[in-house]
This record gives sequence, C-alpha cells and structure tokens, in this order.
Amino acid sequence: MEKFIDNLSPMDLMRSEKMSLVQLIIPVESAHRAVSYLGELGLLQFRDLNAEKSPFQRTFVNQVKRCGEMSRKLRFFKDQIIKAGLLSSIHPVVEPDVELEELEMQLAEHEHELIEMNSNSEKLRQTYNELLEFKMVLIKAGSFLVSNNNQAVAEEWELSENVYSSDRYVEASSLLEQQMRTADQSGLRFISGIIFQSKALRFERMLFRATRGNMLFNQAPAGEEIMDPLSAEMVKKTVFVVFFSGEQARTKILKICEAFGANCYPVPDDFSKQRQITREILSRLSELETTLDAGIRHQNKALTSIGYHLTQWMSMVRREKAVYDTLNMLNFDVTKKCLVGEGWCPVFAKAKVQEALQRATFDSNSQVGSIFHVMDAVESPPTYFRTNHFTNAYQEIVDAYGIARYQEANPAVYTVVTFPFLFAVMFGDWGHGICLLLGALVLIARESRLSTQKLGSFMEMLFGGRYVLLLMSLFSIYCGLIYNEFFSVPFHIFGGSAYKCRDATCSDAHSAGLIKFRDPYPFGVDPSWRGSRSELPFLNSLKMKMSILLGVAQMNLGIILSYFNARFFRSSLDIRYQFVPQMIFLNSLFGYLSLLIIIKWCIGSQADLYHVMIYMFLSPTDDLGENELFWGQRPLQIVLLLLALVAVPWMLFPKPFILKKLHSERFQGRNYGMLVSSEFDPDVEPDSAREHHEEFNFSEVFVHQMIHSIEFVLGAVSNTASYLRLWALSLAHSELSTVFYEKVLLLAWGYDNVVIRLTGLAVFAFATAFILLMMETLSAFLHALRLHWVEFQNKFYHGDGYKFKPFSFALITEDDD
Amino acid sequence: MYGFEAMTFNIHGGYLEAIVRGHRAGLLTAADYNNLCQCETLDDMKMHLSATEYGPYLQNEPSPLHTTTIVEKCTLKLVDEYKHMLCQATEPLSTFLEYITYGHMIDNVVLIVTGTLHERDVQELLEKCHPLGMFDSIATLAVAQNMRELYRLVLVDTPLAPYFSECITSEDLDDMNIEIMRNTLYKAYLEDFYKFCQKLGGATAEIMSDLLAFEADRRAVNITINSIGTELTRDDRRKLYSNFGLLYPYGHEELAVCEDIDQVRGAMEKYPPYQSIFSKLSYGESQMLDKAFYEEEVKRLCLAFEQQFHYGVFFAYMRLREQEIRNLMWISECVAQNQKSRVHDSVVFIF
Repeated sequence: MEKFIDNLSPMDLMRSEKMSLVQLIIPVESAHRAVSYLGELGLLQFRDLNAEKSPFQRTFVNQVKRCGEMSRKLRFFKDQIIKAGLLSSIHPVVEPDVELEELEMQLAEHEHELIEMNSNSEKLRQTYNELLEFKMVLIKAGSFLVSNNNQAVAEEWELSENVYSSDRYVEASSLLEQQMRTADQSGLRFISGIIFQSKALRFERMLFRATRGNMLFNQAPAGEEIMDPLSAEMVKKTVFVVFFSGEQARTKILKICEAFGANCYPVPDDFSKQRQITREILSRLSELETTLDAGIRHQNKALTSIGYHLTQWMSMVRREKAVYDTLNMLNFDVTKKCLVGEGWCPVFAKAKVQEALQRATFDSNSQVGSIFHVMDAVESPPTYFRTNHFTNAYQEIVDAYGIARYQEANPAVYTVVTFPFLFAVMFGDWGHGICLLLGALVLIARESRLSTQKLGSFMEMLFGGRYVLLLMSLFSIYCGLIYNEFFSVPFHIFGGSAYKCRDATCSDAHSAGLIKFRDPYPFGVDPSWRGSRSELPFLNSLKMKMSILLGVAQMNLGIILSYFNARFFRSSLDIRYQFVPQMIFLNSLFGYLSLLIIIKWCIGSQADLYHVMIYMFLSPTDDLGENELFWGQRPLQIVLLLLALVAVPWMLFPKPFILKKLHSERFQGRNYGMLVSSEFDPDVEPDSAREHHEEFNFSEVFVHQMIHSIEFVLGAVSNTASYLRLWALSLAHSELSTVFYEKVLLLAWGYDNVVIRLTGLAVFAFATAFILLMMETLSAFLHALRLHWVEFQNKFYHGDGYKFKPFSFALITEDDD
Repeated sequence: MYGFEAMTFNIHGGYLEAIVRGHRAGLLTAADYNNLCQCETLDDMKMHLSATEYGPYLQNEPSPLHTTTIVEKCTLKLVDEYKHMLCQATEPLSTFLEYITYGHMIDNVVLIVTGTLHERDVQELLEKCHPLGMFDSIATLAVAQNMRELYRLVLVDTPLAPYFSECITSEDLDDMNIEIMRNTLYKAYLEDFYKFCQKLGGATAEIMSDLLAFEADRRAVNITINSIGTELTRDDRRKLYSNFGLLYPYGHEELAVCEDIDQVRGAMEKYPPYQSIFSKLSYGESQMLDKAFYEEEVKRLCLAFEQQFHYGVFFAYMRLREQEIRNLMWISECVAQNQKSRVHDSVVFIF
C-alpha cells in the first residue's frame, strides 16, 4: 500500500511547485537589462533587501522619480486628448522601443509645446470672451437705455397728450442725447457690465445695500452662453445696467463689481457710436474665431500624433518604473560593483532564469557574468500553482479561503468536480441547466474577445468563472435528469413509467394510488411520482439520504487528505493520533449511518433509521425489534459506539504529551535557554530568510489540541447535519419552479385570452430568469462554497501560506502608476 | 441624555463617525515625519507623500514644486473631506460641522479687511484665505470703510452676523480696531459654539467643553501676552476673554492686570493643567509657548478619539489635520530653504 502510494505519479495541482531561494549577483552594468529580462520571463519573486530604507534613500530613486515625472506628463497628454475628444479615433501603432533618455526628451518637448499652445489659445479665448461679452452688453444695455428713455419720454408725451409714435428707435435715438444731458445734470450715471447668472441676485442685493437703495438695477439674460475659462464649461451670464448718482457710489459699485467678478464695459451714450463699436467688435470677433479654429486644429493635430504613441509610451514607462523599483530592492555588495538580489523561483524555472541572466550579460557586453546560486531557506517558501484557463477559477475559489501552505494538499484538485456537483445537487433541473449551459458557452465562445476587454465588476466575475459555470450547468443537467425535472415538468425520456392506474378511468389515482406493473424506470425518478400524494415524502427521503451519503463521502475524503499531508510532511504523530481516531470516530457513527442507508435501499426494508441511530446511543443493549436490518447488528453497534468513545481521548491526549516528551528529549542536558542574539549565529545576514527556533509551550499546545478535538467531535455531527442543505436547497428549487410553472404559466394558459396568456408567459419568463436562474444559482453557489470551505477543508487544509508574486511585466496593470 | 447615545447615535452619526475615524487613520505618523525630515528636496517630500493619503492630490504636480503648492494641495484634501462629510451630515451634526469653519471665517474677514486697509489686491488676498472660511460675498468686504458698513453690507448675510453685535462702531477701521474686532468675534464665536455643544449634551458636551475651554484659555493667554505694552486698557483686555474655560473668572482677573510675561506665568501656574506647559519654558521666554500649547492641544484632540458616539471627533480630526498641514508647511519651508537643523522647532508630532 505504502509503495503503491509512493509510486503514484505526482499531480501538478496536488502540491504547489517546489521553490528555491536563489541569490543573484549581477554586475552593475548589466543589472538593468538583467532585471528587465527577468521581468519578461516573470518567474522570479524578488525579496526586498532594503525594507528598512525609506523610498528616497534607495539607490535608483532618481530614475524612479524620472519615471514618475514622465508618467505625469503622459497622464497630462491623456487628459488633453480626452478633453479634445480624440481618444476614440486613435489606433496605437507599434514602434521599436526608444531609449528612455530619448523618450524623456521627446515628452518634455511635447509637453512644452502643448502648454504653450494651451496658453496661447487661452489668451485668444479670453480676448474672444471679452469681445463677446462686450457685444452682448452693447446689445442688451443699449436696449435698456433706449427703453428707459422711451418710458421717460413717453410719460412726457402722455402729459402733452401726444400720440405715441411708431418708429421707436429713431425717436429714441434722437431723444437719447437730450435724456442723457438731463441725466448728467441731475448727476445720474450708469455702469454696465456682465455677471454670472448665479451671482446676479446677490449682486443686486449688495448694490442695493451699498447705495442705500439709491440706484436702479436692470438686468437681462445674455443671449449666448460663454465659456468659463477655469472649468471650460459653458455658463450663463446676465447683462446688467446700474443707474446711480454720486462719485462715492461709483467707486463703491466698481469695487463691488470687482468683488463679484463682474466685467464692466463702457457703453457709449451715443447710439450711432454704439452701432459703430458693435460693428467693429463683430468683425474682430469673426477674425478671432478663425484664429481660434486654426489653433484648435493645430493642437488636435499635435495631440493625434502624440496619441499614436501614447499607449506604447505608457507601457514602456510603466515597465521602466517597475524595473527600477525592483532594482531598488537589491543590495550593493562590498565592492559596489555588483548588485546582490535574493528571490524565490520555482525549481523548474531555474534554467530559464539562468539563461535570461546570461543573455543579459551577453547583450550588455559585460566582462563579468552574473552569478546565480541556490541558498537554503528557513522561511517557508511562497505557494505557486501552475494553473490553466480551466483550473484557474477553481484555484481562485480555494485561494479566496486561504492560500495553501507550501506543498500541502491542494483541495482545488477535488473542487474541480465536487464543487459543480454539489451545486448541481441543489440546482437539479435540466431545463435550467441548459439555460446556464448556453450562457457559459457564450462566454467561452467569446473568450478571446472578452479577455482583452475591460469588463464591469459583475461581468468580470462571471467571465472569470466561465468554466465553473460550464461544469455547474453540465452537472445540473445530469442531476436534473436524475430528478426528472425540466422546468419542474417530468418527461418520459428513458422509457415508460413503471406504474399504471388501477383501472382505465384513472379516477382513484390520487386516492388509492397506482400499481407497479413492470421493471423500475431505468434512470432517475419515475415521472409518475409527479403530482402524487406521496411525491414529497418520497423525494425528501431520497434527497435527504443522498445528502448524507455525499457529505460523509466528502468528509472522509477530507480526512484521507490529512493523511496524505501527514505522510508528505513525514509526521507519523499526526497519522497515529489524529488521522486514525478521526477516521474511526466519523465512520463508526456516520459511516455506519451511510451503511444502513445503503442496506435499506438494497433490501427495501421498512426500518426506521432515526430510531436505530438514536437508540444506538440511548440504550445500545436493547433489542432492535423490527428495525433490525441485518444479522449481528446489535453487537456491531455496541462495538462501533465503544470505538467512537475511545477515539475521543485518543485524539485529545497523546499528541501534546508526546510532543512535550520529544521536546524535552531534544534539549536534554541543556538547562540554559539558547542565547538569542546576533552574535550567536554570525552567518545570519540581516533580512535573510532565516528565523529563530520557537519556544515550546505545553499549555498552548494542549489547549490547541483540545480545541481541535472538540471541534472535530462536534463538527462531525454538525457538519453532517450541514450537508442536509443539499436536500433543503434542492427542495426549495423544485418547489419554486413548480409554483411558477403551475400557478403562473398553467393558470394563465387556462384562459382563452391572448393578453392574459402573454402576460403569464412574460411573468413566468422573468421569474425563471431572475429568481430561478440568477438568485437560485447564486444561493446554490454560496452553499456549495460553504460546504467546501467549512465542511470539507477544515478536515485537512491549513491555508496559511502566501502566494508567489513574481516580478513580471505581464502582471503590471494600468492602475499601478 | 448622557450615557444613552450608544442607542441612537449610529442612526444618523454612525456612518460619518466611521468615515472620520478612517480619515484619522490616514494622518501622518511619527515614522512619516521622521522620513519627511530627512528629505533633501521638495521632490523627495512629494515622493514620500505620494505613498500617503496625499498621493492623489500631489501626483499630477509638475516637478519643480513650491511650498505653497504642497500646502495648497494638502488643504484641498482637507476641504474635500470636509465637504464630503458636510454633504452627508444631518442635523445637528451639519450645524456642528459648520461651526468648525466659523473660526476660519473670522480669520478670513480680518485678513481681507486688513489687506484692503494696506491696499493689497483683493484677488491676491482671496488666494491667501483659508478655503474652509470662504463665504459668498467675501470679496465685497473690501468695500467697507468702517465696522458698521462691514456689518450692514456683508456680514449680515453670514453666520458671523450675531457675533458682531458687540463691535458695531462707526469708527474707521485701523489695525488696532481690527485686532480687537477679531478677538471680540472669536470670543462671541467660542461662547456660541460652547453653548451649542452644551445644548447637544451627552459625551459631545463633555468632550467639546474640554476642548473649547482649552481653546478659550489659550486665546486669553495670547491676548494678554500680545497686549502687553500696547494702549489696550485693562478693562478692554478683560472684555476680550471668553466667559468660560478653566481660567474663568478668577484667572481672567489676574491675567487682566499682568504687565509682563512672568506675571502671566505666575497667574497660569496656579492651574495644574497649564503648569506643565509653563514648566517646560524658561523664564521670560514666550517663543516656545505656541509650540507648547499646540502640543498640549494635539494631546487633548487625540484623546477625543478614545470615546465613541460623540461629535468631538469631527472637531478633533479637523484640528489635527490643520496641525498636520502646519507641520508639512514648516518642514517643506525648512527643506526648501536648507534650514534642516530647525525642522524640529515647530513640528508637532501627532502620534
């Protein structure tokens, strides 16, 4: 047996990759190239040897800063391009890599150019805005002045009972001067300008207060929106004219205008002059507009040419930054001519790493080659599983609970099958399964397209789990066939039912029941159970027992894996005092129950298993009576009970005491504790992967063992009960789909009305899609997750390792900068 | 109802308290300050700060940095956080949060008025104002010639209006007047804030009364020291002290008649909490007093986080952040001017 196990070929996914701690000594001149080659390879995880240094005390801080500066410039370009709305039209072109220095120069040049263009266009824009505002003030304020005058004049005219004349403007302009003259005489003057609409009300109030009400405020919304130079948004403004008297009021009002950011423009009194100025402004405006357009075109051209390279530049700068960040983790050796680095790499990748280093030495024409050698490590190595598209998602499910300890048995191997299967037990319906399958197939068919796209968080999750979804749907179809459910409707797929009515009319089918007339239905549940009185008791009993069988099987698998773990780590103690009693305890109680279930199924007995199990504890010596399933059941039960009772102290006491004995033997004769100081071991390099011995604390070990045993004993009961969720969820699913089918679809179909039928169909479709396909999938998924994380993995899985994070360009994401 | 906040506090205040405690966890630690103090250039500081919560605010700044940029961006972060909290807050927390900014408002009013008096450009002054103390018509302050106008034109719209009742005079504004106005306003503000906190009751009242009393006492000492040797009469000086705090009323009587710093010291040392502050200083010295007070304040503010279910944490957080920004300003000034030996003169470590 032992030999057989040892001779099994190693599974890739069962144990994490063997790792080794390696040391690299790279000459300074080829260091950059070496690290970037390693980044392309992506199979070496550097350890930070300068952890105690702050970022700006490290060796390559200047280069990192330069990269930061360059990526800032690139972000600036990107902003500008997005602002100009050019991003969509740009297709990046791939060009040979340019030198970093060259790129830096180019970027600086481009930035300078862009900033200059921006400031130019800003200046133009400002002048343009001013002119535009002036134009609007002229138009609006002019009309105020005119209408005011008209009113005043009109009053005069009314007094002299003159008829209000038709040609207002001509009249007004002729009277304007006269009016102004009178205004000047009375000291009435005005200021006109333009202000943000949002501020207009407060502005008016302030003016009112400052002049104690001695002013007249007129306003009108400006016709066009004006671009706010700060936020580059179009804002609404209001043209105003304030009439007031007195020099003091004038200074106050001007100050208030300044405070509110209102731009004042003088409007000439003379109407003809107004017109002349308006004309001038209009012509200058059109000139400016063409200049502005030309400027924008020029800028867009520059931005487009930058946009061609932007993606490439960005990824290049990111890579450079990553390289320098990594170089910062290395130490200088004594001669200051070499960089010394330490890191983890998988054993299989050693040759590749060495090859990359050699290539770097060769390419950079270095006289001295890099040195690469393996060091021994005390610290536990990182955990690295080589997964593929298919297994990755399952590994993620396990990793979400905890990263496996280095080289411990990986539950992901079994999760690949058990997870979708347990899901399907709860989601057994081949109609729903086909829907899920279609979804999964769509995701897989578009795999290559979707993987390059950026998806939303929900879609990302769905896409990441596409292969889980695929297997889940296939297993649901299988379980659905066993349950014989298709949207809760049974089908006669595998031949006819084994039952028939007692007579031709089938009138007593629901009261007296059916009679069996031929061999059982060959696969799954007989469709005739559907709708019968004993449907629920039958299915419940079936699913409940099945859940217990599945649960006991999976928990046994978990305990067996703990045996393989103990074997692998050569800990016979764990096998003898943990694995064996655990096996005995679980199987003497629940293994026995499973056995009873199977026997009962085989021989078709009417025995009450609850009764058997309960009285096995309460009165093991009593006669079983009609519940006896096989000969010698009573003595067997007594033996099993005794075994279970013995198993508890067996797993509780020996291990801590033996550990204590081993410990005291090891330190026999050493009455003094070890000196814990740096002089003790001169080989210890600071920050090297070595650690000190731990102290043995008996009470801690004992309490830990006690907790572990109690957890196992209680867990054996509660975990078995927990597997009943398989039955519960499956029941809930089939009942829900029955309700939707019978109470919605069939009910609506009963009416001879197209509208009601269609409504019923729509409601049924929505309920199926959202409640059954989405919510139920989610809940079954979560319960399957729980069964794996808690009930299965707590039997053997430590999950306290840490993940292998190699330095790799492929893993540098965009958010990194 | 003291002691029962735990039952209802989280209905409205729980989310924001969690937010503010999260922000507090982002305050720079002593290790950060140690690193910052070792920086050679402002770029080094930027690099270090980019690893902290200030990162997103500084990362897009072009390379030759200035001290003002750093301070401006750090303040911007504080303002953003404040605005976020204010938006989420309901009564009475929102009023409480608004109270925190009134102090800045008073400072801004004084800044603008003094600036216009000395004929500075209004825009330039506005840039110097603290963004938390901005209000709509702040620029209009430049129009006013005397207190009455100041009040009638501008401040009547602001929350500061009630505080002005005591200082409406027709006198023209001058430096002395403005300084008196600032202190009168501050006195009224502190008393109002104190009353408001008492009204809130519970742990808020308890903790805030301690913090505000400290603030009032510190102002009393500062007023005394600054008014020594000026033409301010004893009665006028007495009027500027807030009517609460540890020193009220007997300490105020003593402070009012002080003629030099040692007399102030004598008056203050009768109060045990302040004894420790003054015992750190040598006789006749008042330069280090500010730092000593700041250190004490920071200690008290940090203590406010020890209790849950009260609003004092918001006040404490804002004050701590402001202190942190002051620290950063000092460090970056020292770094920029190559005066690194003086870095520790004015930096108050928060943790």
